[in-house]
Amino acid sequence: MYQYDEFDREFVEQRAKQFARQVERRLAGELPEDKFKPLRLMNGLYLQLHAYMLRINVPYGCLSSEQMRKLAHVSRLYDKSYGHLTTRQNMQLNWIRLVDMPEILNELASVNMHGIQSSGNCIRNITADEYAGVAADEIEDPRIYCEFLRQWSSLHPEFSFLPRKFKISVTGSPNDRAAVMAHDIGLRLYKNEEGESGFEVFVGGGLGRTPFVGKSIRTFLPTEHILSYCEAILRVYNQLGRRDNKYKARIKVLVHETGIDKIRELVEAEWESIRDGALNLPEEDIALIRARFTPPRYEAPLDSEDELKALREKNPDFDRWVDQQLAEHKQPGYSIVNISCTPIGKPPGDISSDQMEAVADLADLYSMGELRVTHNQNLVFTDVRRQDLFKLWQALVEIDLETANHGLITDTICCPGLDYCALANARSIPVAEKISNAFADHERQKEIGEIYINMSGCINACGHHHVGNIGILGVDKKNSELYQLMLGGSAKEDASIGKILGRGFDEDGIVTAVENVVDTYLEIRTDGETFIETHRRVGDDPFKERLYGASPKTR
Amino acid sequence: MPHVVIANRLRDGIVVFLGTSHQWVEKLSECSPAQSEAEEEALIRLGQEASDRQEIVDPTLIEVEEKEGVLHAVKMREAMRAMGPTVREDLGKQAEN
Ligand code: SF4
Repeated sequence: MYQYDEFDREFVEQRAKQFARQVERRLAGELPEDKFKPLRLMNGLYLQLHAYMLRINVPYGCLSSEQMRKLAHVSRLYDKSYGHLTTRQNMQLNWIRLVDMPEILNELASVNMHGIQSSGNCIRNITADEYAGVAADEIEDPRIYCEFLRQWSSLHPEFSFLPRKFKISVTGSPNDRAAVMAHDIGLRLYKNEEGESGFEVFVGGGLGRTPFVGKSIRTFLPTEHILSYCEAILRVYNQLGRRDNKYKARIKVLVHETGIDKIRELVEAEWESIRDGALNLPEEDIALIRARFTPPRYEAPLDSEDELKALREKNPDFDRWVDQQLAEHKQPGYSIVNISCTPIGKPPGDISSDQMEAVADLADLYSMGELRVTHNQNLVFTDVRRQDLFKLWQALVEIDLETANHGLITDTICCPGLDYCALANARSIPVAEKISNAFADHERQKEIGEIYINMSGCINACGHHHVGNIGILGVDKKNSELYQLMLGGSAKEDASIGKILGRGFDEDGIVTAVENVVDTYLEIRTDGETFIETHRRVGDDPFKERLYGASPKTR
Repeated sequence: MPHVVIANRLRDGIVVFLGTSHQWVEKLSECSPAQSEAEEEALIRLGQEASDRQEIVDPTLIEVEEKEGVLHAVKMREAMRAMGPTVREDLGKQAEN
């Protein structure tokens, strides 16, 4: 984990105090809502359907057990004993009272947490690969650069009033787990043929009303230039991004309307003038930040593989869990463990205060006190000794977090939708729950294999529906909920935007439609083909035919 | 169509309603809706005044209807606010009944 310094602590504490005074003035009737709203949003406090909602940043998804324990405490004492993990790797609390905000922010500040820049037209929480620093397939640890980006973007005076919000995501692995091409800036860290580290920089990706896959603006950017190059992109955007129309204000529209070549020219020209200035990162600075990430103290591996094998043979549920939830660690004798917070038939990403506390204790016992929040609304233990896997699994069973569905059809992404969100047009969680129940059988899930279903309750696309292999968008049609189905999206390195298949369905209809799509896939797939591969091979037609009856040619 | 005013209470964000008793209440069922334009206008004015006094946020006039003797918000969004999340029946106003 990155160790914050005095400067960070002071900054967070001061902001907590400042906001406490603003809340006091609001409660005393001295600040009307139109003046207070921008201030509360700057601190991550929204007013939603039922109450205030607080969005708490988890920088690039990294969370210590101490912070998780604090989230458990805050959600228990000041909320309704649960929290919601979001696609920006943050946590949201849904039932916050304004009067409690000063104390809540104090509590959070005591563990270096806050909601600053989790809302508004600024650079939002940087997201990253949830396996950063430990993945076997990783080329270089992206957290170092995420931390530079966090420091650079925090209260950046020039970028506090951008045309619109701005999201950055970083991966250090060729297998993109951070959806980098769905971001305003996406960064892929790799080594060139000379063995030097650098980034491929993507710009203008994003979902929402006008979805785009990010375009490569630079194929290789030496790591020392990461901040100056991002600064150059933001400057061009800040100058040229549209402020006259909220729906056209994101950088993706600017890139689309101006063309990537012209944008590249402008960015490179801007960059030339600043590239060797104060934002340049010499190797010493990089080493300094690297040193602030306490390196895990790995032990020489015990040979526990025979024991593990025997335990798996004796315990089929454990065997399934090992098979599904583990990812390969760079360190022999260790595993990365995915902890599903999307149990069958339950709201995706919701976790109770008791579970948070238990997970924090388990992270201390089995993951060197560190966890991650994933953009798929789950948790990760980064450093689990393989000899501890059985004990960890048994403990997870005790707290109902042992679901074995990582990357399977029930591991959906789903936004809060009309059950909570003031912007929603339709509910999304009940649909996720019904789909999950329909595919509850583990063997059936395994047979279907890797597939991603993403759903959102409105066009804002917090549930990333455009990049789900199957995407679902809830709309309001004459005061009833209607669900549009789209196919062909992907959030990975082969990113693509799904397209609407045809007319929408009601709540039960959409579940049946998904089942029909999946059945069609099972019938027509070739050996070893995933859903997205089949869809790319055959297109929409077989699915359309199944769903809407008529042959595509006669429709 | 009968109407009430819906808003969030400033200090805790809880949803409150204003009916012809001109008292803010936490449950829609405790409200008697405005039946005439004059009554609606009075509610809108009182809502705005409460907002100006910084007691509530976003007062909005909404349509309600009576079904089997129970008052419901017509629009899905307001029905959700009057009840609580459908995926957590243990929370929100529905849990307090
Ligand atoms: S996608 Fe829409 S409904 Fe869902 S959380 Fe975002 S704004 Fe709310």
